Order: sequence, then C-alpha cells, then structure tokens
Amino acid sequence: MSVQVESVCFQIGQTSIIQDVSIRVAAKQFVGIVGPNGSGKSTLLKMIYRILQPDMGRVIFDNQDVFQLPVRTIFQKMAVVSQEAVQDFDFSVQEVVLMGRTPHKRMFQSDTDEDHFIVEQALSRVDMGVYKDRSFTSLSGGEKQRVLIARALAQQAEIIVLDEPTNHLDIRHQLQLMDLVKTLKVTVISALHDLNLASTYCDYLYVMNKGQIACAGTPVEVMKPEILREVFGVETEIITHPVTKKPHITFLSHCSLKLAPAVGGG
Amino acid sequence: MYAKHLKRAGSLLLYDNSSCMRGSCKLSDLVTNPLQKKTVQSESQARLTQREGKLSLRTIIMLLSSLCVVSITLAVMLGPVKIEPFTVWKIALSHIPYIGDFIEPDWSKSQENIIWTIRFPRVLLGAVAGAGLALAGAVIQALLRNPLADPYILGVSSGASVAATTIIIFGGFQIFGQYALSIGAFLGAIVSIVIVYILAQVSGRINSSRLLLSGVAVSMVLSSITNYIVLSAPKEQGMRDAMFWMMGSFSGGKWEHLMIPAIVVAAGLTFLLFQYRALNALLMGEETAKTLGINTDSLRKILIIVISLLTGVIVAVCGSIGFIGLMIPHISRFLIGSDHRRVLPVSALLGALLMIWADVGARLVLAPQEVPVGIITSICGGPFFIWLLRRGNNSLGGGNK
Repeated sequence: MSVQVESVCFQIGQTSIIQDVSIRVAAKQFVGIVGPNGSGKSTLLKMIYRILQPDMGRVIFDNQDVFQLPVRTIFQKMAVVSQEAVQDFDFSVQEVVLMGRTPHKRMFQSDTDEDHFIVEQALSRVDMGVYKDRSFTSLSGGEKQRVLIARALAQQAEIIVLDEPTNHLDIRHQLQLMDLVKTLKVTVISALHDLNLASTYCDYLYVMNKGQIACAGTPVEVMKPEILREVFGVETEIITHPVTKKPHITFLSHCSLKLAPAVGGG
Repeated sequence: MYAKHLKRAGSLLLYDNSSCMRGSCKLSDLVTNPLQKKTVQSESQARLTQREGKLSLRTIIMLLSSLCVVSITLAVMLGPVKIEPFTVWKIALSHIPYIGDFIEPDWSKSQENIIWTIRFPRVLLGAVAGAGLALAGAVIQALLRNPLADPYILGVSSGASVAATTIIIFGGFQIFGQYALSIGAFLGAIVSIVIVYILAQVSGRINSSRLLLSGVAVSMVLSSITNYIVLSAPKEQGMRDAMFWMMGSFSGGKWEHLMIPAIVVAAGLTFLLFQYRALNALLMGEETAKTLGINTDSLRKILIIVISLLTGVIVAVCGSIGFIGLMIPHISRFLIGSDHRRVLPVSALLGALLMIWADVGARLVLAPQEVPVGIITSICGGPFFIWLLRRGNNSLGGGNK
C-alpha cells in the first residue's frame, strides 16, 4: 500500500502551518519525518491519517483521495499510534487490542473467535501475550506502546503511522520498539525526534523545517552537518558507524567546542 | 498474586530475549526455555479465563435480573398493608391477558387496589428510572471522557426544575390536565439542552470541554432562577411541593406515567448496545476513535440526543434524582471493567436494583411520611462511593494493581 501526499497546505487562522509539502511512500517502506519542534511533523501526519483536511493539495492512498474513501475502508488499511493520551478509564490489555477490530466490524456484528485469535496473535507478536488481562493504565510507557502496536496489528493494517513513538521511553525500550516496528513488514510512516534512531531504522527521510520539506533522501544523503546546522541550528559531526554502517550523529555542544582545542593543544 | 507472578515471568522473558538477540549469553537460553513453556501454558489458561469471562457476564446479568425480580416482589410487599409474595404475583399475572383467565382471585378488592394501582407502578417506575439514569450516566461519562460527569450535566434537570417549579407554584399548562407537570418539565429539559448544545458548538462541531462547561454554566443560571421562583412562592405549601419535586420522588407513579419512560429506556439500551465499540473507542480519546474509523462528530450528536431523551422523560415523571447516574457506572466498571458491552447492561440492572431499594427506604424510613428518594440515594450513595474510591483499584486510573 503506497501513500502520496501531493503539495498540501494547511493553515490555522492566518498562520500557515504546512506549505506545499509533497511526500511519497512506497509499499513496505520505512519512512521517517524529522524536524525541530513546531516544524509541522504532527500536522502532516494528522493530514495523512485524515484527522485534518488540507486546505490545498491531496493525500492519496493507492490512487484514491482519502477524503473520497469511506472512513472505515481507510482504517481497515491504516493504523495510527499517536502520542499517548491521559487515561481516566481503564481497559484490560486485551480489550485495548480488541478495539483494533473496530473498523472491520459492522454495527450488529459481535466479536468472533477469529477476532480473538487475531488479538492473541498480535499480542504475542509484540511479546505481550502474558499481559492480556492486565489493566492498560498499570503498564509502563514502553509496554503501553507495545500494546498500541498490537492494536495496530489487530487492525491488520498495511500501513502504520507513528507519531514520535519513542517519546518518554528509556533507551532500551526505544530500541526494542523500533526493532519491533522494523520487523512488521508493513509500510511505516513515523515522525521521529531522535536523529540517530531515524538514521538507523529509516529507509528514507524527510526533513521538515518551518512547515516545508527542507530536504529528503536516504539517511546517508540527508544526515549532513550543513543540513542539520540549517534546520536544527546545531553543530554536528557525522561518521559512518563502523558496526551499523549508518550515519551516526554526534552533537557538539558549545561547551565541547570550547574544550576541544584545549584537549588538542595539550 | 497471580498477576504479579505473570508480570515477573513476562519481564524476565523480555530480558532474556534481548540478551539472546545479542547472543551474549548461552545460559540465558537455558533460562528462557522453561519460561517460554510457562508462557504457552498461561496463554491456554488465559483462553480458558476468557471463556469464563463470557460466561460470567451472562451469569452476572442472570444474577442481577433475578435479584431485580426478587426486589420488585419485596418492594411491592413492603408497606403499611402487608401482602404475601404469591398474592403479589397472582395479582400481577391476573392482569395479563389469557394467563389472567387461569388465576382464581383469592384476594380482597382493597389488596388488588393497593398492589396493582399504587405499589406496582411505583416500584416499576423506580426500576425504569434507575436503569435509565445509570445508562445515561455511563454514556455521558464516555462522551465527555470525564468520570465526574452525570446525566444532569447537560442541564436537563435544571431546565426541568424551572418549568416544574413554575407550574407547581404558579400553575400553568392547565390544558394538559394531570400531565401538566410532566409535559412542562420535559419541555423545560429540552429547552435547556438545546441552549447547551448551541453553546457547545464550534464551527458546526461539538467540542467536549465546551459541552461540559456550557452545561455547568446553563445549569447554574437555571438553578438560581428555580431558587428565586421557589423563594417567591406565595404559599408555604407550594414551596414544600416544589422542593419535594426537585429532590425526586416516585410517589406520583401511575401506570400512565410508566409507559413512555419504559419504552425510551428499553429502546435506549438496545441502541446503545449496538454502539458499544464506538463508546469504547471514544473512551480511549477522540483521535483514537477517529483512527478506528468512527465518525465521532455524528456519534456525539446522536449520543447527546439519546442522553437527553433518557434523562428528559425520567426527570419529567420523577423529578431529579441525584447520584445514581454518577455512581452506578463506576460500580459497574469496578465489577466488570470498562468494556461497554458489559457496562451498559450491568449499569442498567444495578441502577434499577438500587433505585427500587432507595424508594423502599424513602417510603419506610419516616413512615407514614415520605422522604424524597433523592435524599436516600445521596445519603447512602455518598459514603459507599467514597469507600469505593478509597479501595484503590477502581475504574478511575491510578489504581496500581
């Protein structure tokens, strides 16, 4: 399943949030969207998953405009894992994952054995099978994200949209989650904060700045000190990591820059 | 205990997997194997508990339904004139066409009068009102994603109160005869809901927090108007009557009053049960619901109409009875979790059950005088609710199991 965003624009009042953004995601591709805070990553994703309607331009799934497709049809194919919401009511892990079956159900249909089987499969794929009767709010941040991924799997989506999925996770759970997503064999569009994670896991990257695509390409093409300086306003040193063979970014803070000549000179 | 054990097994499993992936330790493979077996076992166990879970919903509903029948019988029996349980049902059945022909009347005319025209409609009205308010409460809490929301938050009761107190104290609507109060109250409820609904709209869409806030604001304004009307009552008796109405009572319950609420509650429950997936998704958040393919804008409008109808017809007949709509959904979630497939029927039955007994209390506590049933529900409900909250693991997040 492929996704195409064709020169979309989005405004709130007089403020332009997104200007003329186009992206193209091929089936089974892992595409990352990086950029500083307020660069429009989440807004772009919201237009892709149809929460926001672009003022201009179109979002196209397999040659069809999303706003012309029935809502249920779209979400039978696309699952969204957005940033975690505050939860006042508690569901069991199994109930949360079972919600992934919602777009496949008509009003009068009840849950079948097949649905329960799909849910069980999804849970075991994210290694959360033993947690099925636990309450969702009692889980840690990483476990919650895994359950939400399981929900996306139960949705039997061909494309998963992730909005900064590794936020609030410690490093081990960040890697675990990204590993998990990478093994799913579905199309992935993900907004990411961490440039090293983006460069390690993504096949293709879009760098956003001030509501526009600053540049796009493979991690090797995009992760360049001059690009990162312009977009993020930071000094970096980028090496090809000897083990991963991916660009690895080291951020040079003002302190370390001041220290560097002293170390070199001494 | 069991859950804790599972959690430990689960987290150990994760640790082991990750170390296996790095291939750093062979010992961990040995550790993983028995644990993995345990996972398989616990999965099959989980499948069993799931089946038990289905069974238990049925069991709970059967249990609550039979408790309701028993409670209705007892509630009809209790009162200044004592009546045998068999007589209660014989009289009831004798009024059903065909079946009634086979029952030989062995009761007095006055017994029949007390049972059939006074106590039965009253008790059933209590059950219907309890079920309806509990349902409306469960839905409004899902709609607003606020555990403190109750069915009156949309201004239903305050609107009805303005109309009802005006009619009680100053008269009016005489053309409707004995239904003047009910019809007036219903119209008042509808008017206030329409105001709240218009205020809550932002460019054609209903916004949850605006709905909550405009509900509170409209309720405040209308209650002050009600208070002013009550205070300016020309006669002491009118003031008392109005106060009594506002705190809710089933004392005027007649068969004619029962019909509309019963139909609305039954239809409401049926409709809502078909919406259980949407309600569950809504509880997870607006955006989540949308990304699960639910049209939240139209769903929200439909739910507001359903809640308004449910509470409107009940308030019109029995006044505003507090606490049931707030409390019962929480008790239900505490018993059976947040899944609306379970919450809706269990809330309806629990609401009916509690209201039947609250009304028995209202009749008997100060007999022969009557206490407004709203006072009973609040006095008994409040402490119970506090106890429930203090127990820790409740449906409101933050319970650490």
